[in-house]
Order: sequence, then C-alpha cells, then structure tokens
Amino acid sequence: MAGLEDLYREIILDHYRTPRNRGELDPPALSADGHNPLCGDEIRISVAVQDGVVTDVRFSGSGCSISQSSASMMTSAIKGKPVEQVKSIVRRFKQMMTIDEEDSEIDESINLGDLEALQGVVKFPVRIKCATLGWNTLLDALATEQK
Amino acid sequence: MSLDVTSIRNDFPVLKRQINGKPLVYLDSANTSQKPQVVIDAMTNFMSNGYAPINRSAYQMAAEATDLYEGARSALAKFINAPKAHEVIFTKNATESLNLLIMSWGRANLKAGDSVLLTHMEHHANIVPWHMLVAERGIQLRWVPLTNDGQLDLTQLDTLLDGVKVFSFTSMSNVLGTINPVQRLCAAAHKAGALAFVDGCQSVPHQPTDVQAWDADFVVFSSHKMCGPSGVGILWGREALLEAMPPFLGGGNMISDVRLDGFTTAELPAKFEAGTPPITDVIGLGAAVGYLEKLGMAQVRKHEIELSTYVLNMLKDRFGDDITIHGPANPELRGATFSFAFRDIHPHDLSQVLDQQNVCVRAGHHCAKPLMRILGANATARASFYFYNTMSEADALADALDSASDIF
Repeated sequence: MAGLEDLYREIILDHYRTPRNRGELDPPALSADGHNPLCGDEIRISVAVQDGVVTDVRFSGSGCSISQSSASMMTSAIKGKPVEQVKSIVRRFKQMMTIDEEDSEIDESINLGDLEALQGVVKFPVRIKCATLGWNTLLDALATEQK
Repeated sequence: MSLDVTSIRNDFPVLKRQINGKPLVYLDSANTSQKPQVVIDAMTNFMSNGYAPINRSAYQMAAEATDLYEGARSALAKFINAPKAHEVIFTKNATESLNLLIMSWGRANLKAGDSVLLTHMEHHANIVPWHMLVAERGIQLRWVPLTNDGQLDLTQLDTLLDGVKVFSFTSMSNVLGTINPVQRLCAAAHKAGALAFVDGCQSVPHQPTDVQAWDADFVVFSSHKMCGPSGVGILWGREALLEAMPPFLGGGNMISDVRLDGFTTAELPAKFEAGTPPITDVIGLGAAVGYLEKLGMAQVRKHEIELSTYVLNMLKDRFGDDITIHGPANPELRGATFSFAFRDIHPHDLSQVLDQQNVCVRAGHHCAKPLMRILGANATARASFYFYNTMSEADALADALDSASDIF
C-alpha cells in the first residue's frame, strides 16, 4: 500500500503552506474557472500573455493540499515561458498523472523539476483530479485567447 | 432492551476485515451501508438455487421467484406502514424514484408559473430534476431557509407555501444530520393545498417510518443505505395519485396491451416497473427489511441517539474549538451523521490521513452544493454512524484526527 509520505512530500506541503503566485490578474489577462465536481474544489487561473510569452500567471480559489500545491508549482514552472513551451509542459505533466495513454507528441526530455514530487499522487487515483485541476483550467484560460 | 452491538457486528462479515493489521472503522453509512450475512445469503441462495424471471412464466421456479420478489414488496410496505403493497414501486435507485415522481407527476400537473417549495438542505436528487422542469415547463422554485444551527427556518413557512403545488423536502439532511418534523411539514403543505413529497433516504434506515402517520403523499428511499444491495430504489405513493400519473419508462411489464397505434398501461405497481427489474437485489432488500424488523427500528434509533450524544461530547472535549460540527447540537433533533471542519485541514486531506488508520469517512460536497455554499465551505468531512458502530470506533476517529495534526 502506498504510504502518505508518497503523497505529502515536503515540497508539496511547502507550496501548500506558502503558495506562490496566488491572486488574480485583470483583463486583458486570460482567465478561466475550474471545478472538481467530486469534491467541490474551485480554482481560477489568470494568465497574462504578451507576444506569445506567459509574462504572469496567478491562481485563486480553494482546495486540498494537492490541488493547491500543484497549481502553485505550475505557476512557478510556466512563468516567463513561451506559450508553446507551456503547452508542452502541460502535456508532459498530464502524462505523468496518467497510468496509461502513450502520446507521441510528448517531449520526454522536459524536466518537470519540483513537479516530479507530485508523481506519488498517481498511487492515489482519486487524487489525480486534484493534481490536474489547475492544469486543465490553465488550458481553458489559454484557449479563451482564440475566441 | 438496547441493541447487542457485539453480536450485531458478527452479522456483518466485512466488519471483521483488517487492513494492514488494523480493524476497519466504517463511518460512511450515510453514503452506503454494509450488508449483513442474511442479505448476502438471500441473494446467493436465489442465484444458486432458484434464479428465474418474475411475472412471466408458468414454471415452478418462476413462481417462486415472483413470490420472493413480491414478498419483498409486502415487507417494505409493512416496514413503512403503507396501506397497500402495490403502492410500493421498485426503481433502480432513489434518484430514479425522484425523477420518476417529479417528471411523471410534474409533467401531468405543473404548468408555467406554478410554484414548488424546496429547502436549502436538499440533496441534488431533489433539486436537479426540479431545475429540469423549470427549463421544460417554466415552473418556479421557492426555498425554505435554514437557522444558524442547521434546522429548517419555519417562521415564514405559511407564506412560502401560499399558492405552492408541491412541497418536496428531505426527512433528514445527509450533511447536517438534522431530522425534520415531517408530520408537521406535510400538514402545513396540505393546509396550503399542496402535495408533500418526502425524500426519506437518510431517515428510513435509521428510525421507525410510518407514511400514514406522516400523512405524506409520496416517499422515496434507497435499499443500499438500509443494509440492502445497491441497484434498488423505492417510491411509495398514495394509490389514487399513482393511478392518475402517466408512466415514466415505457417497455415490457408496464403494459396491459400494445397495438400498432398505441398502448394501455398495466395496473400498479407494474405500470412503473418497465423491463426486467433487479430481481436478486429486491430479494436482498427483502432480507434486509426482515433483519431491520428483527432489530427493531426504535432500538436502532435509540442506539444512534446514544452514539450521537457520545460523539458530540467526546469530540468537543478532545478538540474544543479545533472542530466545528455542523447541524443541531441536540442528539434528539439529529441522526448520527456528522459533517465537520477540523482545524484548517482540507476535508480531502483529512479523509486521506484517516484512511491510514482505516477510518472511512466521506469528504466532499455530499451532493448538496447549495447547502455547502450556505455553510461557506466547498467541502466537509463527514463521519456517519449506523447501528453497528460503537463508541470505541468514535474514539478511533478522534485518534486518527490527532494524527492528521502531525502532518498539516
């Protein structure tokens, strides 16, 4: 059986206790709301894009340690990166959060850094949706640009 | 005489289970209850020795199956003191019971501008089908608010009921544990010329139910919360009302004749039981009713009041202001279902840590998001007790809560 130490790694608890990039950005920053219909967690991701680069990103809302720390780590990982690279990171992260599904588009060389700490979540399948909530909401926010 | 819980626990095979060398502490019975051996045996025996269709074939085994299935219906009718067994309709779950009721009765009787009264403590199953009728028919919804301690605020009830066609409410909140004054609410509805629909899912498994004393018009509840298997819901309704309602699902079993240009419906209860029903599950439910009758529902209620008294006092003694328990503080006004906030630990994280001690609680919005918004929470942790739970299991919950503080 997977132990709690697999789930609640120190870096995860650190981001939970001291979230990075908490808050919201006003338009023209893009934003989207995400819900976890199972547990009621809510998140809002605001992302500022200039010349194809994510210049700033914030998250707000409330949720468990996994959803909050994952969103916090995500914002740290993508800030300052080109949108296309951000999308590659999202794909790489979501691949780490799945047990199956091979996707040839995923660049395995992407180093997720601190985010690797969330790998243990896969051993607790119910919590995978917590870890991916912010990421899916980020994609929703970025998709609003095309509308 | 009070319940012999030690002996009762021996009736439930799963309660002997250990995970990682530690006993199971199952505190999620408001979600779904565990099953006694007699229920498992009734279902196994039927499938091993007598599995057959009902209401169709002339051979002996089919007749036996029909007797067992209809026997369960009669047992259910007696259990809730329904005047007639054919007023008891089997569905696939209580959600389907509510959908059947709301869609069938609602479409036949509600038109644009008609009002329906609900409460702020309803389960989604008693909200969403009404929202669907709002979209389809243009009906209007009104809501009974709550008091600060999680009871229905009935001060404006007569005003809210004025001109309403239906008052649909839960007999006990699955989040707050609050037991509502069903008889009084039915009387108020009738006085206003409205029908009373009762969602009995949380109270029927835990206390004596008398639909005639309630003077309700319809009552729904589910098998799996009262020691029966999942896959069966119950709708009880007054005969005349059920007879006047159009069918909900069409198909086999629910007709008396089908022609190229139409059909006529069967008599009750077949009219509302289209297709092959969950025969094995209904037979299991029949055994569950027999089991509960033997325990005595008044005894079950008494045990749960004792448990509630203990749980409320013990958690407050041990954790003081670190724990917030929602719902009434008086055990007489509530069931043994406790939603709580513990320190600032998110319920999802809390339930994960409790699971390490095999303490099974639910974390989430409990399919009552409007109520969660009123409580100002996205989620709560919920420990719910049944007659097979003990005070030492409540202590195990508290010990596990202590261990959560070590991590967060």
